[in-house]
Amino acid sequence: MEPQTIIARRIAKELSPGMLVNLGIGIPTLVANYLPEGLHVFFQSENGLIGTGAPPEEGMAHPMLTDAAGLPVTALPGASTFDSAMSFGLIRGGHVDLTVLGGLQVDEKGRLANWMIPNKMVPGMGGAMDLVSGAKRVIVAMLHTAKGAPKIIKSCTLPLTSERPVDLIVTEMAVIAFRGGRAILLETAPGVSIADVVSATGAELTVSGHVTEMAL
Amino acid sequence: MIPDGASLMIGGFMAVGTPERIIDEIVRQKKRGLTVIANDTAMPGKGIGKLIEAKLVRKVIASHIGLNPEAQRQMMAGELEVELVPQGTLVERIRAGGYGLGGILTQTGIGTLVEKGKQRITVEGKDYLLELFLRADFALIQAFLADYLGNLSYTLTARNFNPVMAMAAETVIACADHIVPAGVISPDHVMTPGPLVDCLIAN
Repeated sequence: MEPQTIIARRIAKELSPGMLVNLGIGIPTLVANYLPEGLHVFFQSENGLIGTGAPPEEGMAHPMLTDAAGLPVTALPGASTFDSAMSFGLIRGGHVDLTVLGGLQVDEKGRLANWMIPNKMVPGMGGAMDLVSGAKRVIVAMLHTAKGAPKIIKSCTLPLTSERPVDLIVTEMAVIAFRGGRAILLETAPGVSIADVVSATGAELTVSGHVTEMAL
Repeated sequence: MIPDGASLMIGGFMAVGTPERIIDEIVRQKKRGLTVIANDTAMPGKGIGKLIEAKLVRKVIASHIGLNPEAQRQMMAGELEVELVPQGTLVERIRAGGYGLGGILTQTGIGTLVEKGKQRITVEGKDYLLELFLRADFALIQAFLADYLGNLSYTLTARNFNPVMAMAAETVIACADHIVPAGVISPDHVMTPGPLVDCLIAN
Protein backbone atom coordinates (compact mmCIF):
# COMPACT_ATOMS: atom_id res chain seq x y z
CA MET A 1 0.00 0.00 0.00
CA GLU A 2 1.22 3.50 -0.86
CA PRO A 3 2.26 5.54 2.21
CA GLN A 4 -0.35 8.18 1.34
CA THR A 5 -3.06 5.50 1.17
CA ILE A 6 -2.12 4.11 4.60
CA ILE A 7 -2.41 7.60 6.08
CA ALA A 8 -5.70 8.44 4.40
CA ARG A 9 -7.32 5.08 5.28
CA ARG A 10 -6.36 5.37 8.93
CA ILE A 11 -7.63 8.94 9.25
CA ALA A 12 -10.94 7.99 7.60
CA LYS A 13 -11.60 5.87 10.72
CA GLU A 14 -11.61 9.05 12.84
CA LEU A 15 -14.77 10.31 11.14
CA SER A 16 -18.17 9.78 12.69
CA PRO A 17 -21.71 10.45 11.41
CA GLY A 18 -22.81 14.06 11.06
CA MET A 19 -19.37 15.59 11.58
CA LEU A 20 -18.46 18.85 9.85
CA VAL A 21 -15.00 18.19 8.40
CA ASN A 22 -12.49 20.38 6.58
CA LEU A 23 -9.81 18.58 4.55
CA GLY A 24 -6.65 20.40 3.51
CA ILE A 25 -4.79 20.02 0.23
CA GLY A 26 -2.64 16.95 -0.55
CA ILE A 27 -2.87 13.74 1.51
CA PRO A 28 -5.84 15.12 3.55
CA THR A 29 -7.97 15.32 0.38
CA LEU A 30 -7.55 11.52 -0.07
CA VAL A 31 -9.35 10.84 3.22
CA ALA A 32 -12.71 11.40 1.51
CA ASN A 33 -12.01 8.35 -0.72
CA TYR A 34 -11.96 5.93 2.24
CA LEU A 35 -15.12 6.80 4.14
CA PRO A 36 -16.84 3.70 5.51
CA GLU A 37 -19.89 2.70 3.45
CA GLY A 38 -23.00 4.62 4.52
CA LEU A 39 -21.20 7.07 6.78
CA HIS A 40 -22.51 10.58 6.21
CA VAL A 41 -20.30 13.52 7.08
CA PHE A 42 -20.36 17.11 5.83
CA PHE A 43 -17.24 18.35 4.07
CA GLN A 44 -16.55 22.07 4.14
CA SER A 45 -14.54 23.96 1.54
CA GLU A 46 -13.42 27.19 3.12
CA ASN A 47 -14.15 29.20 -0.03
CA GLY A 48 -17.78 28.90 1.02
CA LEU A 49 -19.35 25.45 0.71
CA ILE A 50 -20.69 22.74 3.01
CA GLY A 51 -21.63 19.53 1.23
CA THR A 52 -18.61 19.31 -1.06
CA GLY A 53 -18.84 16.23 -3.25
CA ALA A 54 -16.44 14.37 -5.54
CA PRO A 55 -14.86 16.06 -8.56
CA PRO A 56 -17.33 16.28 -11.47
CA GLU A 57 -17.21 13.96 -14.44
CA GLU A 58 -15.35 15.27 -17.43
CA GLY A 59 -17.25 18.08 -19.11
CA MET A 60 -19.59 18.56 -16.15
CA ALA A 61 -17.53 21.12 -14.19
CA HIS A 62 -19.37 24.28 -13.11
CA PRO A 63 -16.99 27.27 -13.34
CA MET A 64 -18.48 28.84 -10.20
CA LEU A 65 -18.18 25.72 -8.04
CA THR A 66 -14.69 24.94 -6.82
CA ASP A 67 -12.92 23.73 -3.71
CA ALA A 68 -10.34 25.59 -1.63
CA ALA A 69 -7.64 24.64 -4.13
CA GLY A 70 -9.65 26.25 -6.92
CA LEU A 71 -10.43 22.85 -8.50
CA PRO A 72 -13.88 21.88 -9.77
CA VAL A 73 -16.07 19.97 -7.31
CA THR A 74 -19.72 19.01 -7.02
CA ALA A 75 -22.23 20.06 -4.39
CA LEU A 76 -24.17 17.15 -2.87
CA PRO A 77 -27.94 17.38 -2.35
CA GLY A 78 -28.39 19.43 0.82
CA ALA A 79 -25.25 21.48 0.26
CA SER A 80 -25.10 25.12 1.28
CA THR A 81 -23.01 28.07 0.12
CA PHE A 82 -22.03 31.20 2.04
CA ASP A 83 -19.51 34.02 2.06
CA SER A 84 -15.96 33.89 3.41
CA ALA A 85 -16.88 35.67 6.66
CA MET A 86 -19.33 32.92 7.57
CA SER A 87 -16.97 30.23 6.32
CA PHE A 88 -14.27 31.38 8.72
CA GLY A 89 -16.83 32.03 11.43
CA LEU A 90 -17.59 28.31 11.16
CA ILE A 91 -13.87 27.54 11.49
CA ARG A 92 -12.81 30.00 14.19
CA GLY A 93 -16.07 29.68 16.07
CA GLY A 94 -15.49 26.00 16.80
CA HIS A 95 -18.28 24.73 14.54
CA VAL A 96 -15.93 22.58 12.47
CA ASP A 97 -15.57 19.23 14.27
CA LEU A 98 -12.40 18.08 12.57
CA THR A 99 -9.76 19.41 10.23
CA VAL A 100 -7.10 17.29 8.54
CA LEU A 101 -4.05 19.21 7.36
CA GLY A 102 -0.69 18.47 5.80
CA GLY A 103 2.49 19.25 7.70
CA LEU A 104 6.12 20.20 7.11
CA GLN A 105 7.19 19.83 10.75
CA VAL A 106 5.57 19.17 14.13
CA ASP A 107 7.37 19.82 17.41
CA GLU A 108 7.30 17.55 20.47
CA LYS A 109 4.48 19.56 22.04
CA GLY A 110 2.41 19.07 18.87
CA ARG A 111 2.82 22.51 17.35
CA LEU A 112 2.58 22.46 13.57
CA ALA A 113 4.58 24.30 10.91
CA ASN A 114 3.04 23.98 7.46
CA TRP A 115 2.81 27.33 5.71
CA MET A 116 6.22 28.55 4.60
CA ILE A 117 9.91 27.86 4.10
CA PRO A 118 11.61 31.24 4.52
CA ASN A 119 13.32 32.53 1.35
CA LYS A 120 12.29 29.40 -0.55
CA MET A 121 8.58 28.89 -0.60
CA VAL A 122 6.25 31.57 0.73
CA PRO A 123 2.81 30.66 -0.54
CA GLY A 124 0.96 32.18 2.41
CA MET A 125 -1.06 30.59 5.16
CA GLY A 126 -4.43 30.76 3.42
CA GLY A 127 -6.88 29.29 5.92
CA ALA A 128 -4.41 27.05 7.79
CA MET A 129 -3.83 29.31 10.80
CA ASP A 130 -7.57 29.76 11.37
CA LEU A 131 -8.18 26.01 11.00
CA VAL A 132 -5.51 24.99 13.52
CA SER A 133 -6.56 27.71 15.97
CA GLY A 134 -10.30 27.18 15.67
CA ALA A 135 -11.32 23.64 14.70
CA LYS A 136 -12.47 21.37 17.53
CA ARG A 137 -9.97 18.67 16.57
CA VAL A 138 -6.87 18.88 14.39
CA ILE A 139 -5.23 15.87 12.71
CA VAL A 140 -1.99 16.17 10.74
CA ALA A 141 -1.58 13.83 7.77
CA MET A 142 2.03 13.62 6.67
CA LEU A 143 4.89 11.32 5.77
CA HIS A 144 6.98 10.44 8.83
CA THR A 145 10.23 11.71 7.32
CA ALA A 146 11.36 13.96 4.48
CA LYS A 147 14.41 12.73 2.54
CA GLY A 148 15.23 10.50 5.50
CA ALA A 149 15.09 13.31 8.07
CA PRO A 150 12.45 13.27 10.80
CA LYS A 151 9.55 15.73 10.47
CA ILE A 152 8.51 15.28 14.10
CA ILE A 153 11.28 17.12 15.92
CA LYS A 154 12.17 18.71 19.24
CA SER A 155 11.37 22.21 18.07
CA CYS A 156 10.31 23.44 14.65
CA THR A 157 12.89 25.27 12.56
CA LEU A 158 10.12 26.55 10.25
CA PRO A 159 7.61 29.25 11.27
CA LEU A 160 4.69 27.87 13.30
CA THR A 161 1.13 27.81 11.99
CA SER A 162 -0.38 28.10 15.46
CA GLU A 163 0.60 27.95 19.09
CA ARG A 164 -2.21 25.47 19.66
CA PRO A 165 -0.95 21.87 19.58
CA VAL A 166 -2.57 19.47 17.13
CA ASP A 167 -4.43 16.47 18.53
CA LEU A 168 -3.12 13.64 16.40
CA ILE A 169 -0.51 12.89 13.74
CA VAL A 170 -1.02 10.02 11.35
CA THR A 171 1.96 8.96 9.24
CA GLU A 172 2.66 5.85 7.17
CA MET A 173 4.53 4.51 10.23
CA ALA A 174 2.54 5.52 13.27
CA VAL A 175 -0.31 7.27 15.04
CA ILE A 176 0.88 9.78 17.61
CA ALA A 177 -1.33 11.78 19.96
CA PHE A 178 -0.42 14.96 21.84
CA ARG A 179 -1.66 15.25 25.40
CA GLY A 180 -0.37 17.45 28.19
CA GLY A 181 2.52 18.69 26.06
CA ARG A 182 3.79 15.17 25.32
CA ALA A 183 3.94 13.07 22.15
CA ILE A 184 2.42 9.65 22.82
CA LEU A 185 2.87 6.73 20.43
CA LEU A 186 -0.48 4.93 20.12
CA GLU A 187 -0.22 2.75 17.03
CA THR A 188 2.34 1.44 14.58
CA ALA A 189 1.69 0.48 10.97
CA PRO A 190 1.75 -3.22 9.98
CA GLY A 191 5.36 -4.38 9.77
CA VAL A 192 6.72 -1.34 11.62
CA SER A 193 8.21 -1.79 15.10
CA ILE A 194 8.19 0.68 17.98
CA ALA A 195 11.97 0.94 17.60
CA ASP A 196 11.56 1.85 13.89
CA VAL A 197 9.20 4.70 14.82
CA VAL A 198 11.42 5.97 17.64
CA SER A 199 14.47 6.04 15.37
CA ALA A 200 12.57 7.93 12.65
CA THR A 201 11.31 10.51 15.13
CA GLY A 202 13.36 13.50 16.23
CA ALA A 203 11.33 14.25 19.34
CA GLU A 204 10.93 12.38 22.60
CA LEU A 205 8.13 9.82 22.24
CA THR A 206 6.21 8.47 25.18
CA VAL A 207 5.36 4.87 24.32
CA SER A 208 1.86 4.13 25.57
CA GLY A 209 1.35 0.95 27.60
CA HIS A 210 -0.52 -0.82 24.82
CA VAL A 211 0.71 0.22 21.38
CA THR A 212 -1.58 -1.44 18.85
CA GLU A 213 -1.28 -2.17 15.15
CA MET A 214 -2.85 0.48 12.94
CA ALA A 215 -6.20 -0.80 11.67
CA LEU A 216 -6.55 -0.21 7.96
CA MET B 1 -12.51 56.34 -12.84
CA ILE B 2 -9.79 54.35 -11.08
CA PRO B 3 -6.62 56.48 -10.80
CA ASP B 4 -3.01 55.28 -10.62
CA GLY B 5 -2.09 54.37 -7.04
CA ALA B 6 -5.67 53.47 -6.05
CA SER B 7 -6.44 50.80 -3.45
CA LEU B 8 -8.71 48.05 -4.75
CA MET B 9 -10.60 45.31 -2.98
CA ILE B 10 -11.20 42.57 -5.55
CA GLY B 11 -13.64 39.73 -4.96
CA GLY B 12 -12.82 36.15 -5.86
CA PHE B 13 -11.11 32.98 -4.69
CA MET B 14 -8.55 31.66 -7.17
CA ALA B 15 -10.28 33.90 -9.75
CA VAL B 16 -13.71 32.32 -9.13
CA GLY B 17 -15.98 35.32 -8.48
CA THR B 18 -13.53 37.91 -9.82
CA PRO B 19 -14.86 40.60 -12.21
CA GLU B 20 -12.64 39.76 -15.20
CA ARG B 21 -14.10 42.50 -17.36
CA ILE B 22 -13.01 45.25 -14.96
CA ILE B 23 -9.59 43.63 -14.55
CA ASP B 24 -9.13 43.52 -18.34
CA GLU B 25 -9.96 47.22 -18.60
CA ILE B 26 -7.49 48.18 -15.83
CA VAL B 27 -4.81 46.22 -17.70
CA ARG B 28 -5.76 47.92 -21.00
CA GLN B 29 -5.52 51.38 -19.40
CA LYS B 30 -2.28 50.42 -17.56
CA LYS B 31 -3.28 51.84 -14.17
CA ARG B 32 -0.10 51.60 -12.09
CA GLY B 33 0.99 51.52 -8.47
CA LEU B 34 -2.17 49.74 -7.31
CA THR B 35 -2.72 48.28 -3.86
CA VAL B 36 -4.78 45.09 -4.14
CA ILE B 37 -6.65 43.62 -1.18
CA ALA B 38 -7.92 40.16 -2.08
CA ASN B 39 -7.91 36.57 -0.89
CA ASP B 40 -5.17 35.52 -3.31
CA THR B 41 -3.31 36.52 -6.47
CA ALA B 42 -4.98 33.78 -8.56
CA MET B 43 -2.77 32.32 -11.29
CA PRO B 44 -1.07 33.82 -14.36
CA GLY B 45 -3.61 34.81 -17.00
CA LYS B 46 -6.60 34.73 -14.66
CA GLY B 47 -8.22 37.41 -12.50
CA ILE B 48 -5.75 39.29 -10.30
CA GLY B 49 -2.97 37.27 -11.97
CA LYS B 50 -3.38 39.55 -15.01
CA LEU B 51 -2.70 42.67 -12.91
CA ILE B 52 0.42 41.04 -11.41
CA GLU B 53 1.73 39.95 -14.82
CA ALA B 54 1.26 43.47 -16.20
CA LYS B 55 3.25 44.79 -13.17
CA LEU B 56 0.50 47.21 -12.21
CA VAL B 57 0.46 46.23 -8.53
CA ARG B 58 2.72 47.81 -5.91
CA LYS B 59 1.33 46.09 -2.84
CA VAL B 60 -0.83 43.03 -2.16
CA ILE B 61 -2.67 42.23 1.05
CA ALA B 62 -3.75 38.59 0.69
CA SER B 63 -3.84 35.19 2.42
CA HIS B 64 -2.24 33.18 -0.38
CA ILE B 65 0.01 33.82 -3.38
CA GLY B 66 1.26 30.25 -3.81
CA LEU B 67 -0.40 29.38 -7.12
CA ASN B 68 0.99 32.44 -8.87
CA PRO B 69 4.73 31.95 -9.55
CA GLU B 70 4.97 35.47 -10.98
CA ALA B 71 3.69 36.99 -7.72
CA GLN B 72 6.28 34.91 -5.82
CA ARG B 73 9.02 36.05 -8.18
CA GLN B 74 8.10 39.74 -7.89
CA MET B 75 7.95 39.44 -4.10
CA MET B 76 11.38 37.76 -3.87
CA ALA B 77 12.83 40.39 -6.25
CA GLY B 78 11.46 43.18 -4.05
CA GLU B 79 9.21 44.51 -6.84
CA LEU B 80 5.99 43.63 -5.06
CA GLU B 81 5.22 44.30 -1.41
CA VAL B 82 3.19 41.42 0.07
CA GLU B 83 1.37 41.43 3.39
CA LEU B 84 0.20 37.89 4.17
CA VAL B 85 -2.86 37.72 6.40
CA PRO B 86 -4.67 34.57 7.61
CA GLN B 87 -7.78 34.19 5.47
CA GLY B 88 -10.27 34.41 8.34
CA THR B 89 -8.50 37.48 9.71
CA LEU B 90 -8.42 39.11 6.27
CA VAL B 91 -12.16 38.77 5.72
CA GLU B 92 -12.90 40.01 9.27
CA ARG B 93 -10.63 43.05 8.82
CA ILE B 94 -12.56 43.90 5.66
CA ARG B 95 -15.87 43.26 7.41
CA ALA B 96 -14.78 45.58 10.25
CA GLY B 97 -13.95 48.27 7.68
CA GLY B 98 -17.41 47.98 6.15
CA TYR B 99 -19.35 47.64 9.38
CA GLY B 100 -17.87 50.68 11.13
CA LEU B 101 -15.63 48.76 13.52
CA GLY B 102 -12.05 49.70 14.38
CA GLY B 103 -10.88 46.11 14.26
CA ILE B 104 -11.47 42.64 15.63
CA LEU B 105 -9.97 40.32 18.25
CA THR B 106 -8.87 36.88 17.10
CA GLN B 107 -6.76 34.03 18.47
CA THR B 108 -5.55 33.18 14.96
CA GLY B 109 -1.88 34.06 14.56
CA ILE B 110 -0.96 34.24 18.25
CA GLY B 111 2.62 33.06 18.78
CA THR B 112 3.38 33.09 15.03
CA LEU B 113 5.01 35.57 12.62
CA VAL B 114 1.57 37.14 12.19
CA GLU B 115 1.70 38.53 15.74
CA LYS B 116 4.68 40.79 14.99
CA GLY B 117 3.92 44.43 15.76
CA LYS B 118 0.41 43.72 17.00
CA GLN B 119 -1.24 44.31 20.33
CA ARG B 120 -2.30 41.32 22.49
CA ILE B 121 -5.49 41.83 24.44
CA THR B 122 -6.67 39.50 27.20
CA VAL B 123 -10.42 38.92 27.48
CA GLU B 124 -11.68 36.68 30.28
CA GLY B 125 -8.30 35.01 30.58
CA LYS B 126 -7.83 34.29 26.85
CA ASP B 127 -5.32 36.11 24.67
CA TYR B 128 -6.37 37.65 21.36
CA LEU B 129 -4.63 39.70 18.69
CA LEU B 130 -6.02 43.09 17.82
CA GLU B 131 -6.39 43.15 14.04
CA LEU B 132 -7.27 46.52 12.52
CA PHE B 133 -9.97 47.29 9.94
CA LEU B 134 -9.29 47.51 6.20
CA ARG B 135 -10.96 49.82 3.70
CA ALA B 136 -10.22 50.65 0.06
CA ASP B 137 -10.92 53.33 -2.54
CA PHE B 138 -12.75 50.85 -4.77
CA ALA B 139 -14.39 47.45 -4.41
CA LEU B 140 -14.55 45.42 -7.63
CA ILE B 141 -17.38 42.95 -7.26
CA GLN B 142 -18.57 40.00 -9.36
CA ALA B 143 -22.24 39.04 -9.05
CA PHE B 144 -24.41 36.47 -10.80
CA LEU B 145 -27.61 38.53 -10.88
CA ALA B 146 -28.09 42.27 -10.53
CA ASP B 147 -31.17 44.43 -10.99
CA TYR B 148 -31.33 48.05 -12.19
CA LEU B 149 -31.29 49.30 -8.58
CA GLY B 150 -27.97 47.55 -7.96
CA ASN B 151 -29.27 44.70 -5.83
CA LEU B 152 -26.83 41.79 -6.17
CA SER B 153 -27.05 38.05 -5.80
CA TYR B 154 -24.10 35.69 -6.08
CA THR B 155 -23.82 32.05 -7.09
CA LEU B 156 -22.22 28.99 -5.45
CA THR B 157 -18.59 29.49 -4.39
CA ALA B 158 -18.27 32.70 -6.43
CA ARG B 159 -19.72 34.60 -3.45
CA ASN B 160 -16.63 34.36 -1.17
CA PHE B 161 -15.28 37.87 -0.39
CA ASN B 162 -17.67 39.79 -2.68
CA PRO B 163 -20.52 40.77 -0.32
CA VAL B 164 -18.08 41.67 2.46
CA MET B 165 -15.98 43.89 0.18
CA ALA B 166 -19.10 45.62 -1.20
CA MET B 167 -19.45 47.20 2.27
CA ALA B 168 -15.85 48.36 2.70
CA ALA B 169 -14.93 50.72 -0.16
CA GLU B 170 -15.66 54.34 -1.06
CA THR B 171 -16.82 53.35 -4.55
CA VAL B 172 -18.33 49.97 -5.39
CA ILE B 173 -18.21 48.77 -9.01
CA ALA B 174 -20.08 45.55 -9.71
CA CYS B 175 -20.04 43.30 -12.76
CA ALA B 176 -22.99 40.97 -13.20
CA ASP B 177 -23.54 37.98 -15.46
CA HIS B 178 -27.21 38.92 -15.85
CA ILE B 179 -28.96 42.26 -15.25
CA VAL B 180 -32.69 41.94 -14.64
CA PRO B 181 -35.54 44.36 -13.91
CA ALA B 182 -36.11 45.42 -10.29
CA GLY B 183 -38.34 42.92 -8.53
CA VAL B 184 -37.03 39.84 -10.33
CA ILE B 185 -34.58 39.01 -7.55
CA SER B 186 -36.64 38.07 -4.51
CA PRO B 187 -35.85 40.31 -1.50
CA ASP B 188 -34.79 37.17 0.37
CA HIS B 189 -32.20 36.40 -2.30
CA VAL B 190 -30.57 39.84 -2.42
CA MET B 191 -27.17 39.41 -0.80
CA THR B 192 -25.88 42.96 -1.38
CA PRO B 193 -28.57 45.68 -1.17
CA GLY B 194 -28.69 48.10 -4.10
CA PRO B 195 -27.72 51.35 -2.32
CA LEU B 196 -24.24 49.92 -1.68
CA VAL B 197 -23.47 49.67 -5.41
CA ASP B 198 -22.30 52.79 -7.26
CA CYS B 199 -21.71 51.41 -10.77
CA LEU B 200 -23.05 48.34 -12.51
CA ILE B 201 -21.52 46.70 -15.59
CA ALA B 202 -22.95 43.79 -17.58
CA ASN B 203 -20.60 40.94 -18.36
